[in-house]
Amino acid sequence: MKVQQLSIFLENKPGHLENALKVLADRGINIMTLTIAEASDFGIVRMIVNKPDDAAAALRENQFTCSTTDVLALELDDTPGALLKALHAFSKHNLNIEYMYAFTEKRGDRAVMIFRFDDIQAAIKSLSSEGYNIVKNIGIIGA
Amino acid sequence: MFNKEIESMPLAKMRELQTERLKWSIRHAYENNAFYRKKYDAAGFNPDQFKSLDDMKRVPFLTKQDMRDNYPFGLFAVPMEKVVRVHSSSGTTGNATVVGYTKKDVDIFAEVVARCLVAYGAGEKDVIQVAYGYGLFTGGLGLHYGAEKLGAMAVPISGGNTERQLMLIRDFGSTMLACTPSYALNIADFIEKKKPDFDMRKTKLRAGILGAEPWSESMRKEIETRLGIEAYDIYGLSEVIGPGVSGECSAKSGLHVHEDHFYVEIIDPDTGEILPEGSKGEIVYTTITKEAFPGIRYRSRDISRLYREPCACGRTLVKMEKVTGRSDDMLIIRGVNVFPSQIESVLMEVEGTEPHYQIILDRKGAMDDLEVKVEVSEKLFSDELKMLEGLTKNISDRFRSVLGISARVTLVEPQTIPRSEGKAVRVIDKRKI
Repeated sequence: MKVQQLSIFLENKPGHLENALKVLADRGINIMTLTIAEASDFGIVRMIVNKPDDAAAALRENQFTCSTTDVLALELDDTPGALLKALHAFSKHNLNIEYMYAFTEKRGDRAVMIFRFDDIQAAIKSLSSEGYNIVKNIGIIGA
Repeated sequence: MFNKEIESMPLAKMRELQTERLKWSIRHAYENNAFYRKKYDAAGFNPDQFKSLDDMKRVPFLTKQDMRDNYPFGLFAVPMEKVVRVHSSSGTTGNATVVGYTKKDVDIFAEVVARCLVAYGAGEKDVIQVAYGYGLFTGGLGLHYGAEKLGAMAVPISGGNTERQLMLIRDFGSTMLACTPSYALNIADFIEKKKPDFDMRKTKLRAGILGAEPWSESMRKEIETRLGIEAYDIYGLSEVIGPGVSGECSAKSGLHVHEDHFYVEIIDPDTGEILPEGSKGEIVYTTITKEAFPGIRYRSRDISRLYREPCACGRTLVKMEKVTGRSDDMLIIRGVNVFPSQIESVLMEVEGTEPHYQIILDRKGAMDDLEVKVEVSEKLFSDELKMLEGLTKNISDRFRSVLGISARVTLVEPQTIPRSEGKAVRVIDKRKI
């Protein structure tokens, strides 16, 4: 399913991530997973939170540059080869993954991966055609 | 002296010569250039009103904006077939300025440079390594023609490639090196770090012909000590002719202006009033012999002082103080003239939106370092790293092609560039000149 990812621009300096996270904590936002892409001078914090719109509003009020993007959240069996099989569905349809990361928590006995595509609709379609039931997994994310 | 009669001419005689030449030059601009004619008519000024130097104050100024507005050839006063060369400042259309030269203008350009070279002690036997850029910039070709006019040997190596510069200094026996003062220091750094065995004192190099950017007495001492040479200032601007408008002599106590070709005044930059000799203010230049592009009362925006005192070298030409300031916001970065507005227009062109930015200038080693900080708005932001890295690369590529200089582009968080009274502080110059 599609979930909203929150991305924040931060300079690569001590205390900057802390400042952003404080804004979210003060607004009662829960972070479900977080990853950082870093360049030499700056980084992009990408996270899945329980209330992305509230989180974005709070950050903007505090002069942070942020955006929300649709990403694909996919539940997978936590067994060897499960991720490989999902990736095969994408490569078969010539879909390039811009970036991906994992949920920190498991859902029951299953893992959750986040994928960023240029064309998320095409990605969803390719998964369906490979027999992944995307719709079934909708309920698991968010809150 | 290269031209003893002129360079040691008594003041009264020089004034006479200048008056005659000014009359010709003002009339030449008025009669042969539509822009000047329109401007003078609108100001109610006619060349007939110019009878003596006291009438100078009635002549309207020429500004850099006038030159931009007349890009490319709108200020030329001769038919194009008489123009044998052009030079231009870097810049986009709307920012660039173009100057032209007839055969006679090129010859005058060469002569004023040759006079400077002689004032630094050069003669026919000298080997002058020209490490200014050859191209639209006046530095390289200006020094080259000057060296040839003198009968010295010009080594047209152009700028950069320090290792090769050293090789030619050693192998060709160069006696004088023409470059920017910061490049001279860069050479000293290079020798210390990469070629500690290279002993400049064992070469024939004895003088540096340094200009195209402001530099101080402390930089002079540093260059002279580290390279073991005499460091002389050469000054000029393409709008007047190029390097050689003025130059130092062995006394190193000011630059003699070649006032038989360039009439100089000092004005109050705010009111435009002429200030008495000896006052500090903005220098205004008038070309009094140039044909292709007459520059009449060109406001240089350079801050200096003019003074006449008997000089040990015997020249009677008026002296100007080393230029260290500007009456506008123009920056000189590695010898290239840059206006903050040009940086802004590059940013707007890349982004289509006015970003908050800040220009930070510093000296890294001997070289100027230009950093442009850009606040990342939501319009610029992307969750993909490659997009943001592409953005910084795109901006720095545009700086290189439009301004001719490289810049480090740093993306910063919103509201991190300090604003004073609602307006951002655009330029921070940390360079110690």
